[in-house]
Amino acid sequence: MNLNATLIGELIAFVVFVWFCMKFVWPPLNGAIEARQKKIEDGLAASDKAEKDLELAREKAAEELKEAKTQASEIIEQAKKRATLIVDEETTRGQQEREKIIAQGHSEIESERNRVKEELRQQVATLAVVGAEKILEREIDQAAHSDIVEKLVAEL
Amino acid sequence: MAAEEVTLSSHIQHHLTNAKMCSTDAGLAFNKACADSGFWTWHIDTLAWSIGLGLIFLWIFRSAAKKSTTGVPGKFQCFIEMVVELVGDNVRDTYHGNSKLIAPLALTIFVWVFLMNLMDLVPVDFLPAFAGFVGEQAFGMDPHDVYMKIVPTTDVNMTAALALGVFILMIGYSIRIKGLGGFIGELTLHPFSSKNKLVMAILIPCNLLLETIALVAKPFSLALRLFGNLYAGEMIFILIGAIGLMQLPLHFVWAVFHIMVIVLQAFVFMMLTIVYLSMASTKSH
Repeated sequence: MNLNATLIGELIAFVVFVWFCMKFVWPPLNGAIEARQKKIEDGLAASDKAEKDLELAREKAAEELKEAKTQASEIIEQAKKRATLIVDEETTRGQQEREKIIAQGHSEIESERNRVKEELRQQVATLAVVGAEKILEREIDQAAHSDIVEKLVAEL
Repeated sequence: MAAEEVTLSSHIQHHLTNAKMCSTDAGLAFNKACADSGFWTWHIDTLAWSIGLGLIFLWIFRSAAKKSTTGVPGKFQCFIEMVVELVGDNVRDTYHGNSKLIAPLALTIFVWVFLMNLMDLVPVDFLPAFAGFVGEQAFGMDPHDVYMKIVPTTDVNMTAALALGVFILMIGYSIRIKGLGGFIGELTLHPFSSKNKLVMAILIPCNLLLETIALVAKPFSLALRLFGNLYAGEMIFILIGAIGLMQLPLHFVWAVFHIMVIVLQAFVFMMLTIVYLSMASTKSH
């Protein structure tokens, strides 16, 4: 156990090793560790943010879905109302049309009947006159039979 | 020489002797020829093993640094980053200054000292015996004259060099951050102080003595703690290795226990380095 020149040699070796370590070993290793720590930190922050965004998007989607549902039911409601309205309108119109047609028919029938009646009446009158003439040819008692003829005509 | 009886004490002595190299008038000389060479003796085994292990440390960490990615790291990179983070966390917790040197310094000390301590787990006779064999076969040396101490931290030169390096940094940081006046003031104006200038003049030498001892004690304790722990551990391995077959269970138990000492001493050396440098770079008074 005695100090000698080995001390100097080891001291030089020590200095050189520390210098090398300081220049070429520590900075890249520590730098890599710190860069990775930064990366992980950023990654965690990003994942937190993404989670929050996802939550927000979910909420938004749910809200929109709800809105769409309300809108859809509103539209359906409106359509139903409209349909009822149209049906009612059409029904009313149909009814009116029918009534109109019926009324027209009725009036046509009525006028036809009147015409026929008139015609018939004229024919009957003619017939009656002819009949009367025939009867007159046999017995001319106009006074006695005119009331009968008149009665006949009035009955037609 | 070969016929010389190998006693237990000579066996231990052989294990605890470094391979020496020195230059003499006749050129480079080794081992016993260097007994009188004084300071200019080189422990070539300590130098070779420590520098080799240091290069292994730098090679491993440099290759991890070159391949390092900020994406998903591989298992090797994870392991290296674990060590880097262990050191980095301790530095950040303890050293609050702004220095780019402390963390790599702590990493170098921790891993280098750990690797050097780890050599203690290689069975004590393997490498010395192998070195003796090589010395005998290749260079025609007496195997008892071939010394090989494979744990550099059991050589006080190694631990003293580390502690001296840290001590120089301590003084350097003190002066850089507090200024030369602040550094000298820290050495002389505490712990005793008085408002009376005459009393203060008497107190200054006392303070200087106390503070200098406190300052110098730091590198001494650093060097001797590591050296003492590892030297004692090595000693017990050598003693266990000398008792025949019974060494197997004992060696196992001591090796398992020693794993803790190896890591702990490396960690303690690193932590104290950080603490001392932290103290040196904060204005405490």
